[in-house]
Amino acid sequence: MKLSRRARLLVLFAVPIALMSIVRLWSGEDALTSSDTIGASLRLSVPILLAGLAGLWAERSGVLNIGIEGMMIFGTWFGGWGAWQFGPWVGLAFAVLGGMLGGLIHAIATVRFNVDQIISGVVLNLLAFFGVRYMSDLAFVGQPGGGVSQSPPQTSAIPRFDVPFISGGELFGWKSPNILLSLEDSGWFFIGDLAGILYGLTNNLSWGTVIGVAAVPATFWILWRTRLGLRLRSSGESPTAAETLGVDVIRLRYVGLLVSGGLAGYAGGILAIVASSYYRQGQTAGRGYIGLATMIFGNWRPMGVLGGASLFGYTEGVKLVANDAISTLFLFVALAAVLLAVMAVVNRTTTRGIVAVFVSVIAAYAYLAIEDVPQSLTQSLPYLATLIVLATASQRLRPPAMAGVPYRRGESH
Amino acid sequence: MAKNRNVIDALPRPVVTLLSSLVAILLALGICGLLLLVTGKDPIAAYRTILETGLTGNKLLEMLKRSTPLMLSASAVAIGFKMNLFNIGVEGQYLFAALIAAEFASRISAPPVLHVLLTLMVASAAGAFWASIAAMLKVTRGINEVISTIMLNFISLSVMQWLFDNYMRDDSDGGLRVTTTKIAPSGQVPDIVDGRLNGVWLVALFVVFCYWLIVFRSKFGFRLRSSGLNSSAAQTSGIAANRMIVVAMLLSGAIAGLVAMQSVVGEEYAYGPQATPTGFGFAGIAVALLGRNHPVGIVAAAMLFGFLDSTSAVLQLSGIPNSIVKVIQAVVVLTVVIVNEATARYMNRRTAEQTAAALRADKVGA
Repeated sequence: MKLSRRARLLVLFAVPIALMSIVRLWSGEDALTSSDTIGASLRLSVPILLAGLAGLWAERSGVLNIGIEGMMIFGTWFGGWGAWQFGPWVGLAFAVLGGMLGGLIHAIATVRFNVDQIISGVVLNLLAFFGVRYMSDLAFVGQPGGGVSQSPPQTSAIPRFDVPFISGGELFGWKSPNILLSLEDSGWFFIGDLAGILYGLTNNLSWGTVIGVAAVPATFWILWRTRLGLRLRSSGESPTAAETLGVDVIRLRYVGLLVSGGLAGYAGGILAIVASSYYRQGQTAGRGYIGLATMIFGNWRPMGVLGGASLFGYTEGVKLVANDAISTLFLFVALAAVLLAVMAVVNRTTTRGIVAVFVSVIAAYAYLAIEDVPQSLTQSLPYLATLIVLATASQRLRPPAMAGVPYRRGESH
Repeated sequence: MAKNRNVIDALPRPVVTLLSSLVAILLALGICGLLLLVTGKDPIAAYRTILETGLTGNKLLEMLKRSTPLMLSASAVAIGFKMNLFNIGVEGQYLFAALIAAEFASRISAPPVLHVLLTLMVASAAGAFWASIAAMLKVTRGINEVISTIMLNFISLSVMQWLFDNYMRDDSDGGLRVTTTKIAPSGQVPDIVDGRLNGVWLVALFVVFCYWLIVFRSKFGFRLRSSGLNSSAAQTSGIAANRMIVVAMLLSGAIAGLVAMQSVVGEEYAYGPQATPTGFGFAGIAVALLGRNHPVGIVAAAMLFGFLDSTSAVLQLSGIPNSIVKVIQAVVVLTVVIVNEATARYMNRRTAEQTAAALRADKVGA
């Protein structure tokens, strides 16, 4: 089966939605494609997405970044503090600056002094975790509603909006019709699900989320379409070759880490300002590490990171909105595996077919046998998925060649 | 200045190492002093309080007690470092081991000493088991242990929560601090100094001693260190790198399994999400870095961290947020790794210069 690129993309989008629709009609469980689930998934995806992009910027410039979590912690604290003091937008700006502070520390240690990049990242996480505790002690203790582990609540939030014409948004005071919601309520095969997904993505949107998602095309455009991006990537792939062509590798790695810190800080800011209305200790909850996983999952590409973050965010969203619906995901996996098996028969790839049938049988059994999946185990899904991807698809992953290798100017001549 | 260089140039390597660590600690104290000053606290008063309260008898015992998990965790991390492996998974390994060992100890009955020994062995085995997953993933699938151990830390937490909630929790107490069933007296380790220092401290010292014996004084340790320094050179001289990876990871996990034992068999006599202390996996990385993976260094660094921790309660009383103690620790590690790197660079240059000078002298002499 030879399809054009555009047709393949269309199939890639349409087939899962059709499968979802079949699952919905079969099991009578609406939650998988309801706009509530999708909306929650979007909100949960964005911090992970930004953490993944933070990792991408750092590693593309040649520096491993285990410290994303720490940079995010700085982001949540500075964001929470700034938003409490000066309002949400200033808070987001502070969050970005706080993350960049983390990036700068990481850069000074690894790029200036050639400290082992993993060690520096781990130490940064410790420093951030304990540093913000000290600052909370000074800034929040004794304030109404504040304490050593949380900030006082913010009084205003980033504005939210509905997209006009399709999701009932307002346009110059005129309330436009809400087409998607009525389509979702119709419950028709495919169309109802597509409408649910789109409505979830377009209603009650925070501007903070929109800016976060815009980081994906921005990252792609800067890193793959500009001179700066080419140079930055070259200092991660082959710094010595880049240097012989006059590229300032040291400076670019600083740039990479500062952008990385800024993105991670913004991710933290979203958690403290958009997803909630105060800073709380432990707000990041390991999302920096999930971001790292997403970066690997997405093969160090922006669209891949977006895919990984959506997947992880979606499972979180389903868990949050309708934990009972988790088991219907097994039905989805079973059906998808059947489809893959059929394709394998058509393409005559035996091993892939056998694996697909195997997966399908297991997933079908899981759907029938498991009443409810323990929440404690579903939490580890992103981490497990990352290990499985690394174990099975590591041949296809292509990390930046020299990420992790310390670089000193002029030493390799 | 030139004269100073000459003085330092003449110092033997261990002295330079020690000096650089001291410089790093002073630098960290300076940075944190500045932080205190900027945030409106008196750094001199803070440091004086730390010294004055820390150097009293009871606080010194507390220091020893607090050093126990740090020494164990640091040894676990250091054994990995010696093989050029970065075991970030000590956190997940020791918590998993604590749960399994506590549950095991509460279910068996055995004579006093044997009961404890069996518990410690189960803890080690559980830690080694969890570490073996990362080792196998690295050897068979080539997955970097840094990523796999980070992921396994989180997987460990959720597996533990599932095990604990469904099979191992004991609600008979009725309290909010739910734990596993309490271990019988035969499985409890007595205190050396009543209420202040537990016997597990001696176990930790013994483990550090074993770490020294195995890594620095055995044929196996030599193989391990040479693999860590240059894996391909070691491979050509007949040392199987993959085998070394597996063994080092298992040893690291086995030591990691003991990290929470002071709490499990010495204090709480059970495992509990609130009762068992967390975060020692990462603190151990800090201590191993500060101690430069050397047994003496690890003990000294663990004591330093324990000393700082022991003073935190008093600091709070005298109006200085005790969270500064943890900040000092984190900054110390940051300055230590930076100063270490600078020192290593200096030592390399010094060796090169001195060798060149010696060669020149040799030529002139001939």
